[in-house]
Amino acid sequence: MGIKIKVEFLGGLDVISSGVREHKCILPLEEGDATLKDVIQFITKNVITDPKDIPVFICDETVRPGILVLINDTDWELEGGEDYVVESGDVFTFTSTLHGG
Amino acid sequence: MVEKQKKIKPGALCELCHGRKAVMKRPKNLQKLCKECFYNVFETEIHNTIVGHELFKKGDRVAIGASGGKDSTVLAAVLKTLNERYNYGVELVLLSIDEGIKGYRDDSLATVKRNQKQYEMPLEIVSYKELYDWSMDEIVSCAGIRSSCTYCGVLRRQALDRGAAKLGIDHVVTGHNADDVAETVLMNILRGDTARLESSCSILTQSSGSPIKRSKPFKYTYQKEIVLYAHYKKLDYFSTECSYAPEAFRGTARELLKSLESIRPSCIMDIIYSGEHLVLGQKKKVTQQRKKPNKIKNDMEQEVRSDGSIKIKQNETKDGNRCEKCGYITSNRICKACLLLGGLEANRAKLDIEGNTAVDGAAKLTRTLEKLAF
Ligand code: SF4
Ligand SMILES: [Zn+2]
Ligand SMILES: [Zn+2]
Repeated sequence: MGIKIKVEFLGGLDVISSGVREHKCILPLEEGDATLKDVIQFITKNVITDPKDIPVFICDETVRPGILVLINDTDWELEGGEDYVVESGDVFTFTSTLHGG
Repeated sequence: MVEKQKKIKPGALCELCHGRKAVMKRPKNLQKLCKECFYNVFETEIHNTIVGHELFKKGDRVAIGASGGKDSTVLAAVLKTLNERYNYGVELVLLSIDEGIKGYRDDSLATVKRNQKQYEMPLEIVSYKELYDWSMDEIVSCAGIRSSCTYCGVLRRQALDRGAAKLGIDHVVTGHNADDVAETVLMNILRGDTARLESSCSILTQSSGSPIKRSKPFKYTYQKEIVLYAHYKKLDYFSTECSYAPEAFRGTARELLKSLESIRPSCIMDIIYSGEHLVLGQKKKVTQQRKKPNKIKNDMEQEVRSDGSIKIKQNETKDGNRCEKCGYITSNRICKACLLLGGLEANRAKLDIEGNTAVDGAAKLTRTLEKLAF
């Protein structure tokens, strides 16, 4: 089965995925069981092209400060952060606020 | 984008209009807002900053220092909106600098050119190559990558001034935001550069004698909100990193600040507040003397007169003095840009002789060699 989700890297963060901004993914978990934490893990294992770039995205086991996380266009801080329970069709947007002035 | 029709939980409503779903949390005060209220608050705060500090007068011609990046793109969009909404009566122009960095600036200038159409503003591009006969690529190939931002910063300042003068404009606004200002305050503190603390915090600066004012309408605006505004409004901005990444020290200061912000978002404003209120005591002069030896000392050069006698020039000039070489406003005999470029010219001449290649070839050769080294 798995959960269908979309992952976006914006604001220059697409450097970690060979310049690809949009990724349609299937999270190999049951709906109701998966949280954003699992999505982040899935991204580090399957979406980031070069493991060397993982620290660009992750810091202290969570998304690096300075990367803005939106869940269906809403600030993840309003959705429970990492504990957000993933639903089919969710869009996760990661935008670097650090790149380029 | 997925529009899911979920029932909005009461706690998820906007704290201003109580009608729509909140989409963001303001770092400044943790308020949860819907998109419309966010736009409104964001724009109104900038309007209040502009009015409160009397940045604009009716009839002013104002140049927006535009890089194609998020900050200056949002600045152009917001200033256009506010100018129309509140009838500032200012004329807005886009002013861009072409540093001559292949693969970076040429692409970002394409964004600025689209902005020019989208915002219906005239655009002026000033290039380092035209102005100084040096592109950043050539400077880096000659002076190395480590000091790239030092050169670039000095040259940009002057290029913006000259571009503005050419357009007959006396006010340049830049997209520096609260995070940038806090970062600079932090860096100045970490370096003991107390002399720069004050000017790094002021929203409006003008060196005496210079006709060009500079201001930062985003001084109190968080980076996070600028990025969100650009995202929700689907503004067209460019976000590739410069090939000569910013200096390591700034990068580290920025990370530190971001980590602090994630724990205590108000720290950005707090650092700015501290920077604004720190008053320097009398020790100021001592610190400066201590620091002097590392700095370029050409202020006290000797000058060979045409009759062969030597005159020791002392650094006794004041603000409003003009550079002997290029006429730019400087507090020294020769402006910083001319000093840096003078050093480069000497280097380029040396390269030409050693490499025995054409003028352009030498720079290109070093550049190729540097690339190989990576
Ligand atoms: S990162 Fe440095 S070299 Fe690149 S544009 Fe900015 S100041 Fe210039
Ligand atoms: Zn609202
Ligand atoms: Zn000069």
